Amino acid sequence: MRTLAYLFIGILFGITMFKSEAASWFRIYEMFKFESFHMYGIIGSTVVLGIIMVQLIKRVPIKSFYGETIQIAPKAKSFSRYMFGGILFGLGWALAGACPGPMFTLVGVGYVSIIVVIIASIFGTFLYGLVKDKLPH
Amino acid sequence: MDWIYEPWPWYVSGPMIALIMFLLLMVGKNFGMSSNLRTLCTICGAGNKAEFFRFDWKAQRWNLIVVLGAIIGGFIGSHLMTIDSSVAINPDTVTTLKEMGFNSAGQSYLPTELFDMNALANFKNLGLLIIGGILVGFGTRYAGGCTSGHAISGLSNLQFPSLIAVVGFFIGGLVMIHLIFPIIF
Repeated sequence: MRTLAYLFIGILFGITMFKSEAASWFRIYEMFKFESFHMYGIIGSTVVLGIIMVQLIKRVPIKSFYGETIQIAPKAKSFSRYMFGGILFGLGWALAGACPGPMFTLVGVGYVSIIVVIIASIFGTFLYGLVKDKLPH
Repeated sequence: MDWIYEPWPWYVSGPMIALIMFLLLMVGKNFGMSSNLRTLCTICGAGNKAEFFRFDWKAQRWNLIVVLGAIIGGFIGSHLMTIDSSVAINPDTVTTLKEMGFNSAGQSYLPTELFDMNALANFKNLGLLIIGGILVGFGTRYAGGCTSGHAISGLSNLQFPSLIAVVGFFIGGLVMIHLIFPIIF
């Protein structure tokens, strides 16, 4: 049952990434050129609704579908890892035009070449794991 | 029923993503796609090379199922819910892109100049896709999350670290498109 729920949520996510055009390289380029409100509208409206949702979950004792308490772990405090890691991610996001969710959606669309990006990103994560202890966090 | 084939405006897309985040919370999980890259490293045996990959990946199995769903969703969205997948970006953006050699701007979903099978045979294009992917994979793990984990989940939970990461995403993106693109394209 739980597996089916995850699959359903994933399908909904994939459809949304494609239909919203957030998986389009062109939309990412246009966003960084500040030439359209589209991507800002998507991220902005998601975050506004997300803030309301998270606040409600924290204040009203909402339980998950399985009756468990909903846990949202806070992010560890730091500056360098978020800033430096963020900049590297941003460089790649703009170049490949895809972040780690939409790149999988694009496989389903039928783009074979996105598999190159996925394998490279897995390799990039592997490289991080190798040098992790030498980086400022 | 023609509306079903239209792209979704931001005010449909944003609430849909919020709904997806809500559903994940309600099944006891947190929205974050880039963790899967680490899980895939572990499955490929990266634990032999670095401590970072020694964890019980089966605890992340649920997220891999979300990924499988995202692939199926991409198929459904593009093949069953779309007739014309060209992305109607700003005409000014189209003009700029055409000047840079992206003639598919405004006419396709991804630039054919970078993502077509023919483009893969071009050493430069292949290199750009690989570099882009490596930066995404390295950066997202260094930053501890991507667009879903920081820009959406983190900001929704009013996390200051996520705001720093999102500022970083934008610095990187702006540098790439305004300073590096003029050199490489």
